Amino acid sequence: MGRQHVTGNRQQATGYMLFFACSLWLVACSYCCFAQPISSTELIKNAKEYDGKRVVYQGEVIGDVMVRRYSAWLNLSDGENTVGVWVRKELLPQIEYVGSYLQKGDTLEIEGVFQASCPQHGGDLDIHAEKVKILARGYKIEEKISPLKQRWARNLSLSAALLFACFFIREKRNRWKRRLKI
Amino acid sequence: MLLRPRYEDIAVIAYHIGKIIVAVSLCLILPLLTAFVFQEKAPVFDFIIALGSSLSLGLFLMIVFKTDKELRWMHGMVIVSLAWLILAVLGAVPLYLSGHWRSFLDAVFDGMSGYTTTGLTLVQDLDHLSMSHQMWRHLIMFIGGQGIVIVALGFLTRGAGGAFKIYVGEARDERILPNVVQTARFIWTISIVYLVVGTLLLGGIAVLEGMPPLRAFFHGAWIFMAAYDTGGFAPQSQNILYYHSFLFELATIMIMFLGIINFKLHFTLWTGNRREFWRDIEIITLSSTIIFTFLFVAAGLAKADVYPQAVGLFRKGFYQLISAHTGTGYMTLYASQLTQFWPALALVGLIVAMGLGGAMCSTTGGIKALRVGLVFKAFIQDVKQLMQPETAVLVEKFHHIKDLILEDRQLRSAALIFLAYLGLFLLGSIAGMACGYPFLDSLFESASAGANVGLSCGITSASMPAALKLVYIFQMWLGRLEFVAVFTLIGFIMAMAKGK
Repeated sequence: MGRQHVTGNRQQATGYMLFFACSLWLVACSYCCFAQPISSTELIKNAKEYDGKRVVYQGEVIGDVMVRRYSAWLNLSDGENTVGVWVRKELLPQIEYVGSYLQKGDTLEIEGVFQASCPQHGGDLDIHAEKVKILARGYKIEEKISPLKQRWARNLSLSAALLFACFFIREKRNRWKRRLKI
Repeated sequence: MLLRPRYEDIAVIAYHIGKIIVAVSLCLILPLLTAFVFQEKAPVFDFIIALGSSLSLGLFLMIVFKTDKELRWMHGMVIVSLAWLILAVLGAVPLYLSGHWRSFLDAVFDGMSGYTTTGLTLVQDLDHLSMSHQMWRHLIMFIGGQGIVIVALGFLTRGAGGAFKIYVGEARDERILPNVVQTARFIWTISIVYLVVGTLLLGGIAVLEGMPPLRAFFHGAWIFMAAYDTGGFAPQSQNILYYHSFLFELATIMIMFLGIINFKLHFTLWTGNRREFWRDIEIITLSSTIIFTFLFVAAGLAKADVYPQAVGLFRKGFYQLISAHTGTGYMTLYASQLTQFWPALALVGLIVAMGLGGAMCSTTGGIKALRVGLVFKAFIQDVKQLMQPETAVLVEKFHHIKDLILEDRQLRSAALIFLAYLGLFLLGSIAGMACGYPFLDSLFESASAGANVGLSCGITSASMPAALKLVYIFQMWLGRLEFVAVFTLIGFIMAMAKGK
């Protein structure tokens, strides 16, 4: 009887443990799902749903890092849209490359609070970063010049020069003719 | 009976188009220099190809069709309408060669959008576009805003013979100075002075907001060009939102206002007559319509609680409204936000503002304040007339640079253009709906293209149907030239085909 009671207690404890473990796993799962990066299109389309929530967003740093006193603005492009990210200076990593014509910018992952209409920034749609991580360094982009373009550039320059010479000679000749008539 | 145009008519048209092409193509030297300064090798070839092809075509027309024949009104109109089409195609060449436009049609769309100061764009990956191509995009907006004929008149023409007939074709029928070439040079002088001041102002703000000085200077110049010429192109894909700056927004609002003022009023202000500003019918009409349309936008946004704070509502609502009313098209939000979160009432406010536009003889599009003011005055006059004895004759006056009497002739012309714009907006809306877009979105995008505004609710994209791209190109062209020149061209083509 006593042994049965002990066994029953053990089973109950195991049940509780299992339930607790499952709950923990579910919470962890939901946290992991939430920690998945969200695309800019998803954020902009469902701005009301994500408003005030923590989100993870990845993108290339575009244009400039605009430092404003104790914080800075970064604009991160995920290839679909570019979203403004407000970062405190102490969180700001060393950005080596920003996206431009001859550069692929550093790719960052940021975690922060999404604002559909930011009260601090005049209603802007932005993210206030709380964690910033560099995912990949940017690089310089090599320019490729097509030989066909070079050929066309040469031929068209030549044609414009020839036509200009024709035009110039004719104008001169006409001017001389007019002077001779006078 | 239609008279078939003779060879001399074609020669006059072709010769002057050649001249305009040469004048405008010389502007390609600026982006070419930019490419050299920033050591962008590939764009150098893009601009040499564009310069070579434009100069070759222009010089060829000038050599083959050389003529001293006097211009007639019909010639002026056909020259202008054809020149704008040809320049949009030629201007698209360096854009297409950059590889940032999916097709040549997309590049032509941006070329037309730039010259007509519309601001709708089909560019891909704008954030990685070269500095020299950015320079060209914004420069075509500046050239188009001033008027391509003004460019040709300012640099290439010594005499004024017949020049006024081309100048009028560009929807500018107000002569500021007695000589049209002097008028063109005055327009250039004030624009260059404003360009210098505006670039320093915007560049200075950009430096204060954390941008490096060189980039700040170029961004300042480009944003000024597009804001003053009520264009709407911006060097970054986020448009004005990129700068995250209230000061920048304030400065661009001021510049957009400068852009919608009649050049004739600029002249009177420059000559020290400041009182004139508040007396002019266009300024009174503009102030009233801005307040009226903002009430729509603010009421819509407040009711839908899009921006819970008043500052957000004002910054977003007022900026988008001013951008729409001035025909600029600058945005401080994402295009899809307009259709998804802005209520219909606020969108209607923006559509009405886009349709109304700015002042005559300015860089803006749309119906224009003078016409709206005149139609409104005529309406009031009719109501007053009904209240008077039948024998009484009422004379309605208005002040536009000087005191004028409202005449039936002015009213007829204003009402006709008013109706033509409504027809144009309807055409684009039907085309949009035929392509499967909702009514309000189609109307919004159509008003934006037809009134040369550039605000988008998301329809304008590289993936939209080619037919719709063509309709919008046509709308931008027709809207900028205010119908008469384009209709004359259609008449000219019909006379070529069916004339005797």
